[in-house]
Amino acid sequence: MPTKHMLAKFVSAIGLVLTIVPAFLVFKGILTLEENHHLMLLGTIFWFLSASFWINKDN
Amino acid sequence: MKKSAYVQQLDAINEYEFSPVPPEKHKGWKSFLGMYAGEHTAGTEFVIGPLFVVHGVSAIDLITGLLVGNVLAVFSWAFLTAPVATKTRLTLYALLEKITGKGLVKVYDVVNGLMFCFLAGSMIAVSASAIGIPFKIAMPGLADWYPTGIGWVLIVFVVGAIITLIATLGYNQVSKFANITAPWMILIFIAAAVAVLPQLGIYSIQDFWHVAQTKIWTGIPLEGQSKFTFWHIMFFAWFCNMAMHIGMADITILRYAKKWQYGFASFGGMFLGHFIAWIASGILCAAALGNIVPGPIAYTSAGIAGIICVVLAGWTTANPTIYRAGLAFQAIFPKTKRWKVTIIVGIITTMAACFPALVMKLLDFVALYGLVLMPMGAVIIIDIYVLKKLNMASNYAQFKNIPISWQAAGAWVITLIFCLALNVYLGVDIFFLGLPGWFIAAGLYIILSKLIQSKNINYAH
Repeated sequence: MPTKHMLAKFVSAIGLVLTIVPAFLVFKGILTLEENHHLMLLGTIFWFLSASFWINKDN
Repeated sequence: MKKSAYVQQLDAINEYEFSPVPPEKHKGWKSFLGMYAGEHTAGTEFVIGPLFVVHGVSAIDLITGLLVGNVLAVFSWAFLTAPVATKTRLTLYALLEKITGKGLVKVYDVVNGLMFCFLAGSMIAVSASAIGIPFKIAMPGLADWYPTGIGWVLIVFVVGAIITLIATLGYNQVSKFANITAPWMILIFIAAAVAVLPQLGIYSIQDFWHVAQTKIWTGIPLEGQSKFTFWHIMFFAWFCNMAMHIGMADITILRYAKKWQYGFASFGGMFLGHFIAWIASGILCAAALGNIVPGPIAYTSAGIAGIICVVLAGWTTANPTIYRAGLAFQAIFPKTKRWKVTIIVGIITTMAACFPALVMKLLDFVALYGLVLMPMGAVIIIDIYVLKKLNMASNYAQFKNIPISWQAAGAWVITLIFCLALNVYLGVDIFFLGLPGWFIAAGLYIILSKLIQSKNINYAH
């Protein structure tokens, strides 16, 4: 169970990174706005698939 | 007839509507941090930030006004609301019953419950404005006050039904939902704003302040809009949740807090939602060439994730607001289960949400909503902390077993009449009425209590 918990947290962290980091890459001119949209959506999916497994358990 | 398992589960949920929350049910600070962060990073932030831009606030007035106003809001929760909540452990309605009497609290409940319904309705409307985009359904514009078509009404009803279902499950479910969405949501706001900075000509941090002053918060209002200053922003940031903190509505939530210091958890909501998110949505508005409709703004800057964000941001505010409205109306019908009342409230809210005017006139409605409920917050503070020191009885209605405390009713009504007169005859903006109104309500309650309380009261009670 702890391993599953840790895995969920790891996936959530990736989700948040994919949500925020690409926007700064757009700001730096490395990504386009459209590429950013795809990555944000991916990050959103990762977050919601994983966060419910650990957030309220920790509380 | 045999009840379904779901109904039995709903009946078993005890939210301590009429009794103090027992110690074993007290919650840790994380629960409140998640609740406040989720509730105040809401769909309406996508509207409020752009409205500041439309009203021509300057960049320096915006930043300083938000800083001061939000600090004052946090202090109001921490030093006024939370101490009352942890001292009494009662819902707002249970506490008001003791102070103002069952008759007056019923009037208050109706006003409060309706205000909550309309507020939650605006959140549902914001969520619905985003859902229509992928279905290519025409969304209401700024000039629309009435339902714009069957597609709009259908979307509003679907969103309203889902939110109501979650609210029937009680505070725990609402808190869990907010906890999950909050961290991701604020990152969407930030990411969306950062990603459109190059469109505004900001390519480095050094560019930001110059562009902020010349292209975003220019200090020039759009035609037909009033000019906002530092004072408008400060008082709006402080009083936009006046009903919750100074008006004491949040004692219903904070009565679960282990310590009064958990009132500072409102910091999360204020500085993520009412600082960062308002600034971010202002940037999005400028990048969208002045468009202020939440769905399109979010979609342009953050794609489908932006749409999801607007939808969920509306939910996280509408959920606790419908929950509070359910408690308000349950106080009128105490024998009816809270979840049944919540469903009725959800239906009223959803019908209200069909009218886009709730969103388009949001700033005025939010200010009015806080102002109308504020005097009772002043009554509660004076009753708990001042009356006994002045050798008067607190909880007067309960003590005398009367349905209406006329000192509370007088303080409430006269304060509102005074504020209305200030607005109509002296032209004082609605955002500025809350502060003098509180002191007038407090003073009136003391004076009227002195006049009304009979001399033969046994104060030792």
